[in-house]
Amino acid sequence: MNLTLKIWRQNGSSDRGRMVTYEVQDVSPDMSFLEMLDVLNERLTLEGDDPVAFDHDCREGICGMCGMVINGVAHGEQRATTTCQLHMRHFEDGATVTIEPWRAAPFPVVKDLVVDRSSFDRIIQAGGFISVPAGSAPDAHAVPVPKDDADAAFDAATCIGCGACVAACPNGSASLFTAAKITHLGLLPQGQPERAARAKAMVEQMDAEGFGGCTNTGECTAVCPKGIPLDAIARMNADYLKTASK
Amino acid sequence: MDRAPAAPVRRRPRGFYGSSNGKKAVMAVTGAVLVLFLVAHMLGNLKVFLGADSFNHYAEWLRTVGSPALPNRTLLTLAEIGLTVAVVLHMWSAVSLARRAAKARPVKYAARVKPQAGGYATRTMRYGGVIILLFVIWHLLDLTFGVVNPKGGEAMPYDRVVAGFAPDRWWVTVFYVVALAMVGLHLRHGLWSALQTLGLAHRYKALKTASTVISVVLVAGFVVVPLAVMIGVVK
Ligand code: HEM
Ligand code: FES
Repeated sequence: MNLTLKIWRQNGSSDRGRMVTYEVQDVSPDMSFLEMLDVLNERLTLEGDDPVAFDHDCREGICGMCGMVINGVAHGEQRATTTCQLHMRHFEDGATVTIEPWRAAPFPVVKDLVVDRSSFDRIIQAGGFISVPAGSAPDAHAVPVPKDDADAAFDAATCIGCGACVAACPNGSASLFTAAKITHLGLLPQGQPERAARAKAMVEQMDAEGFGGCTNTGECTAVCPKGIPLDAIARMNADYLKTASK
Repeated sequence: MDRAPAAPVRRRPRGFYGSSNGKKAVMAVTGAVLVLFLVAHMLGNLKVFLGADSFNHYAEWLRTVGSPALPNRTLLTLAEIGLTVAVVLHMWSAVSLARRAAKARPVKYAARVKPQAGGYATRTMRYGGVIILLFVIWHLLDLTFGVVNPKGGEAMPYDRVVAGFAPDRWWVTVFYVVALAMVGLHLRHGLWSALQTLGLAHRYKALKTASTVISVVLVAGFVVVPLAVMIGVVK
């Protein structure tokens, strides 16, 4: 199949950036979206042009590196799928595909489609952990966890921190990301001692980074490759309000 | 390739109201106060169908409730102050959060963004709120202060309603219906959003259905009054 690509090109953070149009020929429907970009980059390299920079690592949907906005949808229109797991058979031959980086002030563009997501790391550093005393590891069955809590905590823990929630949110909010970690740790017995302080610290860091506030649009959940549910945000709100009312 | 600068860090938000979650909680609580007011207001309006005496008597009661223990208008004035505070806080928070949201996305997407979660009502919240505000201002000038009412502020409440929605002032009724449609959309999202904001959201299907039902009932309860005046059922 043949495609017309409109790709955001930006040579470093001081460049203003622009959309550039490319044609790619002979794309196999079995290629992943990233492999399709590899084909383009191979050609650009051979022609002496600068290849399109994009982030990727595992290419199997678990590392969270490969985010891009495809035709106005984070990770493309295929639900519960990272860009690396999106296949070209979901596109029509001859289609025009627009490819842009995540757009958010706390995610500055490094180059082309690559953004700096260190703001997420700082949110995690603010409270997305449990402080364990040093010593030998406890027996796995020493702390009982109800099955439902374990399942819900695990669902939240599947967040890969890709940033699609921020990219899709009309408010540029990082609430789903932050809430996923708060939910993951807040549902487990090990997370209880720091639960209140965690919600406060992480929400404050989220604001300090310049993310917007949540208006419960649900766009984040809809594009999340891991389908993190919206009730995580309700849980974060409840934990935050509990700390604030003390 | 040069390094990206560190993310622009804004002034660390201070205190409960400084945080986006705090502002959202204030919106939810003030919104709930306004919804309770709307329910009471709608029920009161429906007295118009019981005739002029019943309606005027109700309006009088609002002024005299609590007397002789309290001077006339005490409770009414308190309610008016409470509602004004709620509206101001609600709007202040809305504007502040909208500005934060705009700052969080300085560069827009080139592609037309396709909403993935449906949620038409969700996207009307901000401009819909402004339409509601403009309507409330007009509404107060018309029926409370009588400034733009054909009968003026001295007429009995029932006569002001009949004159305000007279058929030759059809555009008043149109404005009223449009504003109420916005209120309906605002509450369809706002009611369950408020619960989510306060951390009470479980069973989304039931909550969203309840929000829709309450919104429809409220809008219908308000709309029947001007429509009844328009078609001459109330005169
Ligand atoms: C002055 C006009 C108004 C403006 C500008 C305004 C704006 C907003 C905005 C932007 C939101 C947040 C939307 C979201 O969460 O997605 C909101 C929420 C809400 N509004 Fe309004 N609004 C106005 C009037 C009203 C009125 C008159 C009522 C009550 C009848 C009301 C009830 C609510 C409720 C219950 C919420 C949900 C709070 C939450 O999401 O936590 N609003 N409003
Ligand atoms: S490259 Fe790892 S999730 Fe896509």
